[in-house]
Amino acid sequence: MLEVYGEKFTNRLLLGSAQYPSPAILSESIKQSQSQIVTVSLRRESGGDLAGQAFWQIIQDLKLKVLPNTAGCYTVKEAVTTAHMAREVFNTDWIKLEVIGEEDTLQPNVFELVEAAKVLVEDGFKVFPYTTDDLIVADKLLQTGCEVLMPWGAPIGSGRGLNNPYALKTMRSHFPDTPLIVDAGIGVPSHAAQAMEMGFDAVLLNTAVAGAGDPVAMAKAFNLAIEAGLLAYEADPIDARDMAEPSTPMMGKAFLS
Amino acid sequence: MKIYLNGVETTVDHTKLEAVLIQLGYQEVTIATAINGDFVPLSLRKNTQINEGDKLEVLAPMQGG
Repeated sequence: MLEVYGEKFTNRLLLGSAQYPSPAILSESIKQSQSQIVTVSLRRESGGDLAGQAFWQIIQDLKLKVLPNTAGCYTVKEAVTTAHMAREVFNTDWIKLEVIGEEDTLQPNVFELVEAAKVLVEDGFKVFPYTTDDLIVADKLLQTGCEVLMPWGAPIGSGRGLNNPYALKTMRSHFPDTPLIVDAGIGVPSHAAQAMEMGFDAVLLNTAVAGAGDPVAMAKAFNLAIEAGLLAYEADPIDARDMAEPSTPMMGKAFLS
Repeated sequence: MKIYLNGVETTVDHTKLEAVLIQLGYQEVTIATAINGDFVPLSLRKNTQINEGDKLEVLAPMQGG
């Protein structure tokens, strides 16, 4: 059971709602993923077409937990204002806090991130910080009152998988009791399974499903992979070895040479 | 009076935010507002003053990752 900010979820896939070929495919992909938490955002609304209203109805109809983000924010001020606007629109104090540092990698600006987290926690938000795998930053975020951390697997939308498994493994070991969700950079289900096998609590992704040739099938594949990864972690995998070790017992082997 | 609605110069007839939003087509919709970068909650829209040249941002739910 995934538990964050006192709420429990049986599914460990958090799915983004962007970039799907159609609203129908978005809706069906989310259903097939069995995700219980969906990320959303805020953008400028025209009084002429009111495009955001139709999207919001689709999400509401799914009756899932909504996690708004502050995507595209580069400063504390932008992120905090966006979070306040999201809280009013989505009627939730959950916020996926993104404070981006530069455009090529969309790497979090961890200095601004910690500052924004501090402000938002004091304002009563339940903050889900999108961060790097830096342990000191992680510790600072926890000190502000964040109860969950979301380290990147790889740059957003890159599909590279877990760029630095060593750092993520270290992070898992260093914060054994903190919910850790690998967020961003996932490309294929095996990447998600790998994160779960390492003991991460959940995986958040978007492009890998929405950008697939068949998003609905890929959503299902990710759900299965995450479930498999979790089962494997709980089953206590063997340690890797450099050399072979026979699995078939040698005792009783015939001499035939 | 000219203001900037989501970055676009726009002429409005009213000076209170709620009235401006109605004039611009935002009636009974799920939106959040900010003026000059500061969040204006729903409860304050009725009495919040809009001035010439203000930057009004009107945001709504959108797809996000």
